Amino acid sequence: MASPSYDEVAVGTEIGPERYPIQRLTLVKYCGASGDFNVIHWNERIARQAGLPDVIAHGMLTMAEAARLVTDWAGDPGAVREYGVRFAKPVVVPDDDTGVEVLVTGRVAEKLPDRRVAVDLTATCGDVEVLAKARAVVQLA
Amino acid sequence: MAINREFVGHEFSAGAPYEVTRGKIREFAEAIGDPHPAYRSVEAARELGHPDVIAPPTFGIVAAGAAAESNPIRRPEFGLNMRLVVHGEQQFRYERPIRAGDVLTATGRIAEIRDAGSNELVRVETEIRDAGGDLVCTAVNVIVSRGTAAGAGE
Repeated sequence: MASPSYDEVAVGTEIGPERYPIQRLTLVKYCGASGDFNVIHWNERIARQAGLPDVIAHGMLTMAEAARLVTDWAGDPGAVREYGVRFAKPVVVPDDDTGVEVLVTGRVAEKLPDRRVAVDLTATCGDVEVLAKARAVVQLA
Repeated sequence: MAINREFVGHEFSAGAPYEVTRGKIREFAEAIGDPHPAYRSVEAARELGHPDVIAPPTFGIVAAGAAAESNPIRRPEFGLNMRLVVHGEQQFRYERPIRAGDVLTATGRIAEIRDAGSNELVRVETEIRDAGGDLVCTAVNVIVSRGTAAGAGE
């Protein structure tokens, strides 16, 4: 995989967009793999009781998908040194065969010392911004 | 009801270390739908300079979660209604990637409890260290208690 070099990367470089699908099955798998079995991620009845329109995706799942834009760009997932997000709005996942897509775009926001760059991410589902203040700091060669 | 501020500074940790396996990393990568070979193939990970397969950047939540059972936020005296809680923010700072073979110990600390408008925010900072005691990752988790701040409700 071709990794970008620090010297060649310019502030403003756009990364993506990429689309990442989420279906009910995705949530079930993420429950098992993460150990987060919060019922709002798999039980529509309780999700509605909690005031949600339907079952919602784990914020950590959306965060993981947004990270993939950066790890695929960097080539080495181990290059990600910092990664933080604010969960702005839930990703609602309907009980159908299609599910939803999270659209992720990135932009090199800053060149930092020690050959690191900050990448700002946006993640939307439909027209809704689901992550805010999403930023990864990546170590480049 | 407001959250009990006396818990600020409270530390907690898991009873036993969390052992990271190749199978668990592969399972986590499958669950997030990420086919990157560094999560599955030792050879691919070594080509990138890692001694074994590495975990995705959000895997720190699994290691941090190992300490969650002793997190006081679930105790009645903490004053948190779990039904009003949402995950507000999450951050990871890595000294190096988590990798298969790691034996990790997570120590959490209630770093801050404060009002933010009508909500209350609880910030939990968790240090994840390897078997040698070296810091691998710091995970910062902000949970939001909706509508429980003292000034809430006009």
